[in-house]
Amino acid sequence: MRSLLWLIPAIPFFSALLLAVFGPRFSRRSVALFGVGSIGLSALIALGIAADFIASPPPNHRDTQTLSTWMNVGDLNAPVALLLDPLSLVMIGVVTFVGFLIHLYSVEYMAPEEGYSRFFAYMNLFVGAMLILVLADHLLLLFLGWEGVGLCSFLLIGFWYTDPNNVRAARKAFIVTRIGDTALMIALALLLTHLGSLEITTLLDRAGQVWPIGAPLAIWAAALILGGAVGKSAQLPLQVWLPDAMAGPTPTSALIHAATMVTAGVYLIARTHPLFLLAPPVLTAVAVIGAATLLIASFSALTQTDMKRVLAYSTISQIGYMFLALGVGAWSAAIFHLMTHAFFKALLFLAAGVVIHAYHGEQNLFQMGGLRRTHRFTFWIFLIGGASLAGLPLVTAGFYSKGEILWETWALGGSALWAAGVIGAFLTSLYTFRMIFLAFFGAPRKAPAGGEPGLLIRIPLIVLGILSIIGGFINLPPALGDKLLLTHFLQTVLPHTEASALHAARGMTEIGSEAFVTAASLLGLFLAYLFYLRRPSLAESLAGRPVGRALHRFWSAGWGFDLLYDRLFVRPYLLLAEAFRRDMIDQFYDRWLVRPVFLLARLNRHDLIDSIYTGLSRLAAFFYETLRRTETGRVRWYAAGLAAGTIFFLGWVVLL
Amino acid sequence: MFALGLIGLLVRRNILFILMSTEVMLNAAGLAFIVAGARWGAADGQVMFFFILGLAAAEVSVGLALVLRMHHQYRSLDADLLSRMRG
Repeated sequence: MRSLLWLIPAIPFFSALLLAVFGPRFSRRSVALFGVGSIGLSALIALGIAADFIASPPPNHRDTQTLSTWMNVGDLNAPVALLLDPLSLVMIGVVTFVGFLIHLYSVEYMAPEEGYSRFFAYMNLFVGAMLILVLADHLLLLFLGWEGVGLCSFLLIGFWYTDPNNVRAARKAFIVTRIGDTALMIALALLLTHLGSLEITTLLDRAGQVWPIGAPLAIWAAALILGGAVGKSAQLPLQVWLPDAMAGPTPTSALIHAATMVTAGVYLIARTHPLFLLAPPVLTAVAVIGAATLLIASFSALTQTDMKRVLAYSTISQIGYMFLALGVGAWSAAIFHLMTHAFFKALLFLAAGVVIHAYHGEQNLFQMGGLRRTHRFTFWIFLIGGASLAGLPLVTAGFYSKGEILWETWALGGSALWAAGVIGAFLTSLYTFRMIFLAFFGAPRKAPAGGEPGLLIRIPLIVLGILSIIGGFINLPPALGDKLLLTHFLQTVLPHTEASALHAARGMTEIGSEAFVTAASLLGLFLAYLFYLRRPSLAESLAGRPVGRALHRFWSAGWGFDLLYDRLFVRPYLLLAEAFRRDMIDQFYDRWLVRPVFLLARLNRHDLIDSIYTGLSRLAAFFYETLRRTETGRVRWYAAGLAAGTIFFLGWVVLL
Repeated sequence: MFALGLIGLLVRRNILFILMSTEVMLNAAGLAFIVAGARWGAADGQVMFFFILGLAAAEVSVGLALVLRMHHQYRSLDADLLSRMRG
């Protein structure tokens, strides 16, 4: 079973190729069959391998499958090798399973689209690349997957490429993540030159042996990897691309910008965590970035009018939680949240797609209302997703994962970070229920048309809904059942310090932390109810005040990052480009190389070499003319010729 | 004498005068032979003169026949009219 590991990324790749080449010729049905079937097949194989792995784990709880050698150049030996260990297993499980559900949803959702096969080709390519990323045993192969998902993100954001706004958003996403990618590339180069190998376990072992904790090189390497992760996962300061990425189709937003691609950074840091352990300042930076991002994004989510943008900022915020967890050393907690987030965020995006469809493309929350009455299924499923996002106590997956992160943060990271997380939880709940109340409750501002969705949309939503509820139960904290199944499963890869989980640390118990989190989320729910259902006037009056208005504008514009980057980078660059409009280098070449050549060419206008040959032919013509003249037909002429010849000959003989 | 005959042949346009010049040239050659024979006291010179005389006579008859032909065709005796063989 384990030998089939390579099929997991290979099947989607193959399907993508097939769809790319033959897609336009296939029927809708075939496209859907290939597109969804490939991911489904991968999911099944992943399931099989997982069952096999859990039942009889390989030695050391890890197994590698080397397919071939990609390149062997100088110091770099890069095999195409796949790694199977608990972490990669969890990741492929999430990617293939959630991916499968989203593809299934897309069959119906994207049905009226012109580029149906193109969509599935891109989506399959993405899943293939993502699977390569998480299965790679070698950092260069990981980077291949990394770049691949970046490409697919670009292609899918700009799916409706005829609208320049979409293309601009796609470009923005690609360029911003490119900054991160460059950092990652430098990190890889650094690691290769100093540690000699990019093969993951070898690399991490060597790093531990060669570099002491706090070694400058380790700090550089970790910081650069962090740079890459920050770009891909849309964290501070590279978070600006994600809200605009909502220009892509909703299933894309669900898959790439919620469940999988944006979690690549989290995976990367989790995978290379020994390196980060050697660089404590960087680890602190991870936590601080996570905390800052989650707060900033939550505030922004609070003021958005577009439903998808709320979810986008929400994603940025939740990944901030994952970074926070990573930063304090709670690796498995981060992965746990990654998993639950994939479930409920994908659910929310897909359900948002249904809502937007019900309003015939309207995405403005303030144009919606009262959907609860006409679309009950959508309402309930959205509510489940939202509740999980907000982390409502006990019954939602989000509660358990978020709670674990926050408890670990208190125990390992300190109260400041914990407080940020709790405030974030409050805000999360607030903006989530704001969104729900605006869209589903109250009086309808715009009449929703369209009925409830069909089966292919409902099934994935239901499955994700169920997972958003029960997904948390695989990691019950000690205070609430003590069945940390996921943490134990990941133990061999992501070690977990058990002590902090059980014992009270610096004045707080786990129950206490959970209580605070619960209180925060419920407070958010209550305030949302108050402001958006009971007394909307209150919210309006608050927002109407000058402070309120300023804050609203500030938060709504993503804390001004777009403006900042525009002034700081984009404008100067454009100015520079303008200055070079008359390309100086080109001009130099033109003046000193091109013009002289033309001059020389003109000198040779009467072609010297050629004239030799024309000269010869003219000479021949001349002789011909001359000789022609001698044939006059006149007797006396010929006689004269004879006489002249004779005289000449006689003279020759006599004189010489 | 030969040179005189040659010049006459080259300069004159009338066919008859050309033939006459030819005769002069032939006679000049014969005279040269006679003189040479007289100088070295051999009879060969006289013999050669006989040959030349006979040759001249034959040539004249053929030439005059041709002249008659030409006159019949062109009604003139201008040698330059005979340039149909020009290239």
